[in-house]
Order: sequence, then structure tokens, then C-alpha cells
Amino acid sequence: MSTATSLPTLTAKDLASDQEVRWCPGCGDYSILAQMKKALASLGIPREKFVFISGIGCSSRFPYYMNTYGFHTIHGRAPTFATGLKACRPDLSVWVITGDGDGLSIGGNHLIHAIRRNVDIKIILFNNEIYGLTKGQYSPTSRTGTRTKSSPLGSIENPLRPLSLAIGAEATFVARTVDVDINHLTETLRRAAFHRGSAFVEIYQNCKIFNDGVFDYATDKSIKADNTLYLEHGKPLIFGKDRNKGIRLNGLEPEVVTLGSGITVDDLLIHDERAEEPSLAYLLSRMVYPRFPECMGVFRAVQRPTYDELLNKQIDEAIAKKGRGKLEELFASDDTWVVE
Amino acid sequence: MTVSHPTVEAIPRTHDVEVKELDAVTIRFCGDSGDGMQLAGTQFTNVSAIVGNDISTLPDFPAEIRAPAGTLAGVSGFQVHFSSHDIHTPGDQLNTLVAMNPAALKTNLKDLEPGGILIINSDAFTTSDLHKAGYTSNPLEDNSLKGYRVLRIPINTLNREAVAPVKLSPREADRCKNFFALGFVYWLYERPLEPTLRWIREKFSKNPAVLEANTRSLKAGYNYGETVETLPVHYRVPKAHIKPGKYRKITGNEALAIGLVTAASLANKPLVYASYPITPASDILHQLAELKRFGVRTIQAEDEIAAVGMAIGAAFGGALGVTATSGPGICLKSEAIGLAVMTELPVVIIDVQRGGPSTGLPTKTEQADLLQAMFGRNGECPAVVLAPRSPADCFDVALEAVRLAFRFMTPVFVLSDGYIANGAEPWLIPQIDRLPSIAVHHPSSPNGNGHGDVPFLPYKRDERLVRPWALPGTPGLEHRIGGLEKEDITGNVSYDPINHERMVRIRAQKVANVAKEIPELTVEGPPEGDLLVIGWGGTYGTTLTAVQRAQRKGYKVAQAHLRYLNPMPRNTGDVLRRYKKVLVPELNSGQLLLLLRGTYLVDAVGLNKVQGRPFLVSEIEQKIEQML
Repeated sequence: MSTATSLPTLTAKDLASDQEVRWCPGCGDYSILAQMKKALASLGIPREKFVFISGIGCSSRFPYYMNTYGFHTIHGRAPTFATGLKACRPDLSVWVITGDGDGLSIGGNHLIHAIRRNVDIKIILFNNEIYGLTKGQYSPTSRTGTRTKSSPLGSIENPLRPLSLAIGAEATFVARTVDVDINHLTETLRRAAFHRGSAFVEIYQNCKIFNDGVFDYATDKSIKADNTLYLEHGKPLIFGKDRNKGIRLNGLEPEVVTLGSGITVDDLLIHDERAEEPSLAYLLSRMVYPRFPECMGVFRAVQRPTYDELLNKQIDEAIAKKGRGKLEELFASDDTWVVE
Repeated sequence: MTVSHPTVEAIPRTHDVEVKELDAVTIRFCGDSGDGMQLAGTQFTNVSAIVGNDISTLPDFPAEIRAPAGTLAGVSGFQVHFSSHDIHTPGDQLNTLVAMNPAALKTNLKDLEPGGILIINSDAFTTSDLHKAGYTSNPLEDNSLKGYRVLRIPINTLNREAVAPVKLSPREADRCKNFFALGFVYWLYERPLEPTLRWIREKFSKNPAVLEANTRSLKAGYNYGETVETLPVHYRVPKAHIKPGKYRKITGNEALAIGLVTAASLANKPLVYASYPITPASDILHQLAELKRFGVRTIQAEDEIAAVGMAIGAAFGGALGVTATSGPGICLKSEAIGLAVMTELPVVIIDVQRGGPSTGLPTKTEQADLLQAMFGRNGECPAVVLAPRSPADCFDVALEAVRLAFRFMTPVFVLSDGYIANGAEPWLIPQIDRLPSIAVHHPSSPNGNGHGDVPFLPYKRDERLVRPWALPGTPGLEHRIGGLEKEDITGNVSYDPINHERMVRIRAQKVANVAKEIPELTVEGPPEGDLLVIGWGGTYGTTLTAVQRAQRKGYKVAQAHLRYLNPMPRNTGDVLRRYKKVLVPELNSGQLLLLLRGTYLVDAVGLNKVQGRPFLVSEIEQKIEQML
């Protein structure tokens, strides 16, 4: 129990609900749940101020396992409930938990509009490139050719790049991390929590049952250094086991180069997460394995007024200008007459 | 009452005109949708209300913003019924028709009474306009209008002359002609010009040329009536004898907006109103967006689903969450409304019904969403359903919807319709201190066993079966809700079959409990007799008028009107059984009829009209007489 005089110190354990976690053994969601609790406990925000809102799917069971306020809503619509909540309760820390089917297929519309409005909510998209809860159909992020129960001859659809979509929707914070890289995951969630505005985080998450190993290139210790690139603000884009490879801009195209033999660090792209124009962040979001290493970390973090802030500001200004509305004047807001 | 007299330029009367007093008049302004007929009708209504008449209006306009000019599809009309006594309908037959072009004449003439006054803009009866309206001969010349008192006025010409001193393009000059027509009608019915002149001054304060031109047109129309021997008579409709108090004119959509703000204020809650633009509900959004000083948060959502999700999210956070739409939008919102039923959150869903199915008749009225509101969701999914009976009644129903939503932690539907939404009537402005209070309670400590160490139980209920509304941000009450079936009391996810059935029954009984706290159904007329006419929603005024006429003829007939559709008042079955016959007039194919027959086993019969238009009094009257 907290006392009135000191800020409560939360531990990850305080954030665990009494409900039995029912994800499949080996599911990437376990790690995300653990790191989320760790990240939240470190923020100095009281437990009762957190609200987790989810849609439908494996990932969307998340709120039941957090001892915070939680709302397990309907398929794809979580951002709408979060927007309504944040509109009247700016004091709360609101987190949306979604997946690639929930957020990008049935809920694509709400996702882009929540991001576009810059509502101060944190949207965490668990991307496992498959429908898990409905038992293994291809999703909007499944790679072309993916064989599933609903695509036995291979998917003929182009996959969406979640971060490209978010950037196209005017996102102010965009990041990517992966379920098994626990320190990076925790840190990325903390960065999202500190961002004022819509924060969009894609987490590569392994589905042990229906899509096992789809992110091995980015998680297998023996090869991941050559297939991923960890972004750091102000630093050149260097990657590889021997830290000897980098990304250089050739016209409007990125290209992988090897340092040495005339190519130096000075030739490489420098990461600027605060760039006003999102073009370079977009370009990074389009780098896909195996042609490129896939970027991890914060792609973009810029400050813009948030929707909830502007909504409340208009109200405050209207009141400051003409005074708080009174019912008497509202009733008489048209011509009136008196019948004796 | 302080109403100044018309400030027209003093023109000596050239002849004396008889003034005839009338009890009530129905007039319709109609023309091309670009002719400003809605504006003329609205102004006429305002002035009539201000001079103390009772009023009821029926705007009728096409779904297209600008259908091709001069065509039948582009005709827009506005009907006003004004009287010296209490009225409840916009009138069956027209006493006066203003037709600005041949298309308007063609589509509206059938509603004008024999011998009625027909004001025609004769300038618009050119060969091409006649052709567009499908006339093969000119009705002004072929004697086909001989049964009416026809006033042929070259409105285009006279209007252009009136505004000539103002430098306007011919197109801009022509745009004032609705004010000329209005000015003439003001003369015909002895209405003061000042309220409309004031409106013109305010509306066009930044455009002096248009201000001047419209002012000139209005006065010129009035003076034309006074100077030219068009009619040997003009008319006066005295003040109505209605309940004393302060009044304003109000449409249904205005009354809903004002009602929601009032309810939020009475409950001391912020109003979060989320909606997606849709005819005929958008005006509520427009109204509320102007009311930021009242703490109103309006959100124009990306779609209908988002709008209801935002309203429910706001309710979860402790605000008054409201969304409004029309039938097609309700289809989209259904799943989310089911979630609000499952999570037992208070949210108000307004359906301004229009002609359906599908896109249907967007600007026309219908009452065909009753069963959708009752049953249009998956699973056993009961919600409270209310319906206002008139524009002003929307205020009271908005308050009641919010009260019940909060008190019973349930979604509440408000079934308005296009007729109520756009129609107007006088509203007796309520006294603030006489408004009902709306109580809201949020727990601040766990409700387990009182020792503080038992967790909060979000589905532990009070004696009315209502669960607590615990707000995020309250320490110690952290809990999770969602669309999966809940275990009784704890709210944990449960797939237990017995628990599921128990929860289905609890949710149904909770909504049924509302009937214990709402007024009993009352009747207008004899408490028992030969016929009960029972309806709901916007048919109230027409039904009442028809029943009163039948009563005056000596029939033993009474009217009952259901404001509460789910649950219905607890004595509804008793009332139905006190009459030999039951008639249910509805603007659908028999939806309330199905509910009444199914629930109360009465052999009620329906009177059903699905034409996108309200009933005429005569239609219901005839059916009553046919049944007796």
C-alpha cells in the first residue's frame, strides 16, 4: 500500500495480475509482458494511472495479465477507445496493445487516424506475421509466398511495413524492437513512455506454434549482427559482427557498403531521429532483410502538440475568452419570447 | 413580449385591404434547392414564433446538395403550420403554396387545398424551365390552375429592380429573390419584418452589399403586397393561448444537443461527443462543436465504429460518452454497443432515423430502426431504448437517457427521426432549479469484504443489479473489463456454462429493472373503450390530433404513446387490454406492432406508411373510423 507522503516505488511484481497467463509455452508475448512490467515500474508513475487497452488476438489478452486498469475491447478498435479515454482523462498513461492482424488489417483505419491525430497514447504492435488466435492464417505482414492454412500455395499479397505506414500517417514517434532482446525492448518501451504524443512501437514477436523462427535472422546470436542495425541518434549507421559495414545513401537509395578501401565512416548516413522531415526515417523503415539489415531502435521522435492537449486548450481558451457557459444562456441562445 | 413593429418605409396605402382573422394556416415555400427556401421557411417560422403563434414545421429537401437546377429532383420545400391554438403537426393540407419554379409547382400542387392561395414566380415559367419540369403546356396559361387563387408575381424582375441600386452581379442579385417572396408572404400574413431584418444585419455584417440587397428585397416584397392589388384581403393569425412562460423555437437536433449539455452539467460530468458526419444527425455535432465554453469535447471520428469506441472509452474514464448517427451508422456500431452491454458501461447512442435499408432515403424520415435498436446485435444483448415524440421533447429524452445510462450502467438508445430532427416547435424554456438531478457514484475503496485486503470486485452488484463504476486513476481499484464473458462478481474471464447463463439473465433483468423506475403509461382519452391508438416517436402529434378529432365525433377512442420502448412501462399490458381494439400507426412495416403482439398477446393491428414522409392526420383519422 502506498503512503500519502512518498511516491510509491513500484516493482515489476506489483504490476502482475492474479490471472493465469494462457499464452502458448515459448510465445514471445511472455518476454514482452515481463519487460513491460519492468519498464513501467521504472517510470515513477503510480500503478492506478496506467490503462491497457487492447483489441482481439493473442496479444490483446495482455491487459488481463497486468494489475493496472485494463480494457479488452473489440477487434481492431482499441485506438478508438484509447482516444475517447485520453480525450477526457489526460492524467492517465494509456497503452494500446495490438497485433499485426488487429492493428493493420481490421483496425488499420483506426491505427492511422490515432497516429495522425497524435493522441498521447502508446501503441505497441506485436508483429508475428501470422494470425495466431484463429489458428494460423496469413496476416497483412506475412511475406509473399507464406504458406498457411488459408494460403496453401503461398500468399499472393504484398506485406505491409508497419513502420512505413506509421510514418506515412505522420507519426511523431516510431520505433522497432524484438521480443528476445530484453534490454533493448525495455529501453524502447521506456522511450515510448516518455514521448508526448502517439508513440508507435513494432515488436518482432515469435509465434512458436504457427510461424516459428520467422525472425531468426534478427534474433539468432550467430547471424543477427549482420542482419540488424541498432539505431543511435547522431551516430553513423554501422552494423555487422565486425562493425565494418554501413549504410550509405546513393542518390535516393540506401546501399550497404563495407568500411575500408576508400570508404570511411564519414561516407555513412548519420541517424537523426529528430529530423523534421520523415523521409530518412521512412527510407530506414523500407530496409528489409535479406537485402538490408533491418533497423532496430527509435526511427523518429519529434515533438508536436498532442490531440488531447489541443482539444482541452480550445475549451480553456473559449472559457477564458467568454467565460464558462451557463445553462440559462444556452437555453436562450435563439430569439425568445414570453407568453403571459 | 417585446417585438418591434415592422420598420418598412412609409408608403401611403393606395387602397384599403380587408384583414381576415384565421385560426391556423399551413404554408409551404418551395423552389429549386438553390433558391433559399429552407432559409425563407426558417425565417417565417421564427417570426411566427416570436409573434406568439404555436408552430410546427416540416422541412423537405433532396439528398443532393445541388441537383440540376430546375428539375423535379432538385425541389426543396419548407412547410410551416402556425396557429392561435395548440398544434402538434405541420399540417396536412396547404392553405398557401409558394412555388418559385415549374418543378416546385408540379411536385407540390397536389398538397394545396381547393381554393388555396398559390403564389407563383411567373418569371421562372420559361419554355426551358417548363420543359425541365416535364410540363407540355404552361400551367399559367392552360387553365389548369383555375381551382386556386393564383397570384402571378414576376419575382425575378421585381427583385432585380429592387436591388438595382446595389452593385451586384445578376447572379448575386437573383440570389436575393427568396427574400422578396418572403417579404410578400409577411405582408399576406401580417408578420413584422424586424426579426428577419435583424438576422440579415447579423448574418451579412461583413458583406454590406449583400446585406443591403437582401434588406431591399425583403422590404420590396412586403411593399409589393401592400401597394399592388394582388388580393383584396390579407390575414391575421392571433397569438396562441399556450402555457405561460419564456419560449424559444427549437428543432429536435438542437434540443438533443442542448439536452446533452444540460445532462452533463446536472451530473457534473464532461460531455465527450464523438460522431461521424451523417445525415440527418450531423447538426448535433455542429451544435455541440460550438459549445466548448460548456466543457464539451467533440471528436469528429474517422468512422462510425471509431465514434462509438471513443464514446465508450470516455465512459470508461468517467465522462458522459455520447455518439449519434443514423441507421447505417448503427449497423457499424453494433459490435461496440454489444461490448458496452457486456462491460456494462453507460453510453448514449442517438439514432436519427431516416429511410432505409442501406443508404435509403438520407433526407427523408422513417421509424424503421426500432427492431435494430432492440435486437440488432449478436448474442442476448439488451439495451434501454427511448424515443422522443417531438422536437422539444428531445430535450427531456436526452436528460432521461443520460440519467438511466448512469443509474443502470447500460447503453441507452435514443430513437429520433428526420422529421423530429429538422422540424421545429416552440419550447418552454425550463427553469434550471426545477430540472431533475442526475446522481453519479464512483467507488473509492475496494468492495470485497471491507477489510481492505480483498481486491475490488467490478461485477459485484447492488440491489438493482447495477455494478460499480470504478474509474481508472483510483488507487486500489485496478481491474480489467472486456468483451469476453465475465464471471459473476469477480469479473474474471469465464467460459463456465452455468455462469454464462446466469450472466445473460442478470444483464436482461438489470435492463428490465428500469421499468420499476419509469412512469406508468398514461392515456389521452377514456381509460377504457373501443379503440386504443398506441405509437412511439415522431408520430405522436399526428396521432393525438387524429384521436382528438375522433373523440369530438363521439368515438370511444384513446391515445397512448410509448416514450420507453425497452423496457416498456410496467402497466403497458393492462392498458392494451382495456380496449376492444388496438391500432399501432408506424412509419415502418409494423415493428412496434410485432413487439406488442409478441410481448402482450394482444390482437393489435398496424397502420403502416413507408414513404419517407410523416403521417397526415387524415390518414390516421380514416383508419380510426374504419375500425369503429
